[in-house]
Amino acid sequence: MSKFIRFIKKSYLALILLFLYLPIGVLIVQSFNAGKSRAKWEGFSLHWYADLFKDRAIMEALQVTLGVAVIAAIVSTVLGTLAAIGIHSMKKRPQAFMMTLTNIPNTMPDIVTGISLMLLFIFTKVERGFVTMLLAHITFDVPYVILSVLPKLKQMNKHSYEAALDLGAPPVYALFHVILPEIMPGVITGAMLAFTLSLDDFVISYFTTSPLVQNLSTLIYSAARRGIEPTLNALSALMFIALLILLLIVNRRTADNSKKA
Amino acid sequence: MMDLQLPAWATWVMLAGLAVFLAMMILFIRRNHGMKRSLFASPYALWMAIFTILPCILIGYYALTDASGKFTLDNFRHFWDSNYAKNQLYATMGEAAAPFIKRGTVNVDTLIYSLWMAFLCTVICLVIGYPAALFMADRQMKLGATLVVLFIIPMWMNFLLRTIAWMSLLEDQGLINRVLRFLGFEGVQLMYNSGAVLLGMVYNFLPFMVFPIYNSLNKMDPKLHEAAQDLGCNNWKTLYKVTMPLSLPGVISGITMVFMPSVTTFFLPRILGGGNTMMFGDLIESKFLTEGNWNVGSALSLIMMILIMISLGILRKADPEGEGGSMI
Repeated sequence: MSKFIRFIKKSYLALILLFLYLPIGVLIVQSFNAGKSRAKWEGFSLHWYADLFKDRAIMEALQVTLGVAVIAAIVSTVLGTLAAIGIHSMKKRPQAFMMTLTNIPNTMPDIVTGISLMLLFIFTKVERGFVTMLLAHITFDVPYVILSVLPKLKQMNKHSYEAALDLGAPPVYALFHVILPEIMPGVITGAMLAFTLSLDDFVISYFTTSPLVQNLSTLIYSAARRGIEPTLNALSALMFIALLILLLIVNRRTADNSKKA
Repeated sequence: MMDLQLPAWATWVMLAGLAVFLAMMILFIRRNHGMKRSLFASPYALWMAIFTILPCILIGYYALTDASGKFTLDNFRHFWDSNYAKNQLYATMGEAAAPFIKRGTVNVDTLIYSLWMAFLCTVICLVIGYPAALFMADRQMKLGATLVVLFIIPMWMNFLLRTIAWMSLLEDQGLINRVLRFLGFEGVQLMYNSGAVLLGMVYNFLPFMVFPIYNSLNKMDPKLHEAAQDLGCNNWKTLYKVTMPLSLPGVISGITMVFMPSVTTFFLPRILGGGNTMMFGDLIESKFLTEGNWNVGSALSLIMMILIMISLGILRKADPEGEGGSMI
């Protein structure tokens, strides 16, 4: 009986996984389809992959996406880590205020964030493009960095920083040699979170960039309105596999670390 | 609208101000040994002031003024008074307003439709997701960690591409219809209706329901389960009396994490619904980008924000410590 129940439970989970993976599977299979039609299988071919690397719009969008994600992750990690250290050492009132401030972007719908930033850029006459998209991405990334660094700060011994100062370490030295090593796991999590969020963002980018500077999401969006080119299938298959490999490496690393510890 | 814009140099003054401020911060930290660490948060505070608070103020400003910058509450009238909205469209756009009017000017209806879709999506996610989380957390099966990774992987794929992938399954010549025809059934119209939009929403938001519930179930002490059984509860009663109440915080944060993005869904209706259905997010977008009416668009954004704040407030009441945890 219990075996039967276990079988049912497993089949239920398998069904849900099928639901989650079916569209992705179909998409990957289609990327190898020789024909352009989504309905008919016209033989195996890799030519969409070849076309992908020749497509200038896609390659430019890829550059923009990676550029924004990398810079936004770095800036927001620095800004967010400093902010977390600051917030952590605040008194109760200002701390509560800063935490409310940090939670605003989380509770605000993406579309409102995007539109409000668009208004800001138009209002200040900043031409929308790479820089505005970057500023927007940093803005929505920082709170996530703060929220992943703060728990690590709470776990830390309160007095080690003061001890370092008493022993004559300048604050900057103490920051880098006492606080930072302790909170590093949180900082790395925050940076990775910022990077992925930035890679995946569509709504906020859509409102804060111009049609001339597109990232992959906005490019896919405008392509979807015209009808999707199979090159995009190839692109998504590649991205999916790249992310899968990245995830496996990260998982491997954390598994190794926990074994050592 | 135009005369309100700041001159271009103002931006550079602002950026220069930020740079000077940062430089002063660094100098200050280097000079002053006894400096308070709380000052580390000041660049962030400044950043948030410029890029979060100021934009919010702008939305509020546009929502409460008309095109010439005078104070008015008429923008909100667009929300509930369809005749007024129609007349205003004609007055500002002339004949070009016709397609917008054809799509409907009853903005309240769009909001109600969005809320209804979000409600359905949340209920479906809960009904499908709760058992999934329960089975994942089943310690005898030892599947939890692996399944969490398997649930996360699809989310790493671009949200738009995932949604577009559904098109190739649902369309008339798509996989599902071909299988149906192969089995001798009639083909069905699966795309371009509310059902397709709902499917896309459930597909995209289901993991946000499963993770918080799984987290709260996983935190549960397995001894509680044993204790309930020792005290004579059967499996169903244990589930109903012990497991479910303890997973409530997870359920609440799951509901929050599904409902919030569902209400504000944007883009999904256009791809899977083929533009036949419009949700509140699409409405706001079209006010800004298609009609170019920032004032009404801002008023609608404000309404949406207030709505979100209210529902968050209610959910916080139900789960004051935020025990459900986040998805990661």
